[in-house]
Amino acid sequence: MVEVVEKFSFGIYLVLLLIGLWAMIGKRNLVKKVIGMTIFQAAIILFFVSIGAKDEATIPILRNYYGPDATPINPADYANPLVHVLMLTAIVVGVSTLGVALSLIQKVHGKYGTVEENEILEKST
Amino acid sequence: MIAALWSQSPALAELFPLFGALLAGVWGLYRPRYSSPIAIASLVGSLVFALMVVCRVLAEGSLRYRMGGWPGPIGIEYVVDALNALILPFIPGSALLALWYSRGLIAEEFSAKLPQFHSLYLLLVTGLMGMTVTGDAFNLYVLVEITALASYALLSLGGGRAYLSTLNYLLLGTIGASFYLLGVGYMYIKTGTLFMPDLFARMPDLYGSPTLTAGFILMMVGLWIKMGLFPLHGWLPGAYTDASTPATCLIAPLVTKVTVYVMIRIMYNVFSPHFVFTTTTWSDVVPYIAAVAIVAGASLALIQTDFKRMLTYIVVAEIGYMVGGAWLGNTAGLTGAIFHIVVDMVMTLCLFMVAGIIALRGDGSIESFSGRFKTMPWTLAAFVAVGLSVIGIPPTGGFFSKWYLLSGAIEARNWVFMAALLFSSLVAAILVFRVVEKAFFGSLDEEHGDHGHHDHHSPTESEEAPVGMLIPLWVGVAVIFALGIFSGTLIEKLITHAMPPGLF
Repeated sequence: MVEVVEKFSFGIYLVLLLIGLWAMIGKRNLVKKVIGMTIFQAAIILFFVSIGAKDEATIPILRNYYGPDATPINPADYANPLVHVLMLTAIVVGVSTLGVALSLIQKVHGKYGTVEENEILEKST
Repeated sequence: MIAALWSQSPALAELFPLFGALLAGVWGLYRPRYSSPIAIASLVGSLVFALMVVCRVLAEGSLRYRMGGWPGPIGIEYVVDALNALILPFIPGSALLALWYSRGLIAEEFSAKLPQFHSLYLLLVTGLMGMTVTGDAFNLYVLVEITALASYALLSLGGGRAYLSTLNYLLLGTIGASFYLLGVGYMYIKTGTLFMPDLFARMPDLYGSPTLTAGFILMMVGLWIKMGLFPLHGWLPGAYTDASTPATCLIAPLVTKVTVYVMIRIMYNVFSPHFVFTTTTWSDVVPYIAAVAIVAGASLALIQTDFKRMLTYIVVAEIGYMVGGAWLGNTAGLTGAIFHIVVDMVMTLCLFMVAGIIALRGDGSIESFSGRFKTMPWTLAAFVAVGLSVIGIPPTGGFFSKWYLLSGAIEARNWVFMAALLFSSLVAAILVFRVVEKAFFGSLDEEHGDHGHHDHHSPTESEEAPVGMLIPLWVGVAVIFALGIFSGTLIEKLITHAMPPGLF
């Protein structure tokens, strides 16, 4: 059962990745392309966070590690915090990219009056 | 004092442009005209410390710098060896020349956005320096994205068509960086570390694991998109052609070449020659892809009428040289690829500088070169000198890198790659002499008549570029010749020490 759940999350990552990739390449509307980019990045975040998940583990805040009744720390009790740290950085990168992309779309819209790629190509020739 | 600076030089080379960017961005809001001197000062500082790093590597061999004193896998270490010590000083050096060259243009085009422009300019240099020195696979991803974000913003400043082509670059660049990140994740699952020396040490036991192979393929495809290797080059010509001259002079020479360096670093210092050429069965195919990239880039350059767009296709062909050389799997090929990274940085810089000058005086088409030799001899003479290097004529740097690439191809018995190199040299000769022929024998009047220009001055009057643009251009030309003349020393002192063990 546990294995199925683990694989389930990796399966969703693959599906999301492909949906995002398809939207970025196949869609003609620039905003939809950028939505695809966000889904694509979310898929990668899901993948990384899934790596850190452990069965029966809790959030990585140490309990009872200091003081007279301290217990030895068992890494298996805690989810892997490193991947979450990595993904916090990746989210920041993703948000900045999204911001730049949206401002570029606004500029494109200001120039051509549309965000449909085929209409823009017609107007620019 | 000197000893402290000496030991902190890897960090200082990176921190100068970083704090310069903050200073130019914040202080520049109150005093916009100070942002340009701040940018120049921080690039000079960065260059000085980068040269200091080179001296340290020459004296002490490869060195490690622990950021904040945290060692190895817990903190982020900078790992500088002969490979990145060679490339490091060229990044602030090239950026400095480009800034010197485009000072007038920046003041003219971006007068309202001076602090923002210089801040982005320095951030891009920071990202590239970081990509070059970092020893952490995830840190590398972040720096790749810092570089990419700064370059999107700079390229889109060109206005007009640049917005759409930059958006296109942004989408493809994000796919590339995300593929790289996925590859890092696959390596992390298997090894539990992100620190490159640890990855290198732990992975040999795991070679043959499909997870590592998948991670390697994802990283390579991601980097190939980022560097614009031929079938994945779609974003490159548009983004570089539509951008403004100051932005292309900074970005075109540096970003793609540093990505090639990252590819070599991942292939040989995270994975190993044994993994790339023995465990991986499809590695023989890559030089053929590179050969296709060279032929396609050269052929597409041949059919362009716009000078700057032609240069972007030359960049695509040159990427094929370096990727092919790195994947030939022998010392000569890799030496050629590494040397070509440096040579091509300077060559591309000079070519785009010429394109910027030509765009000032005409419409930037190859036709607009007609008769220019009389009116702007210094620019055209510089173009001929750079052209010799693009073709590969001694004693320019381009000859020596191409020589090593060719001997690598012969050693690997890869005749297709060899033929592609020779074909591309031939095409480069045609491209250069087509322009030179126009400039020498074309008539200036005819050209002006064709385009309905109303020229207010006689054709013999000098249209030469301002001295502030010519000096950086000629410094670049001098560096190309210096690279050729001192190629033996460079290769012996640095590049031979960058050869990974286990490569023949």
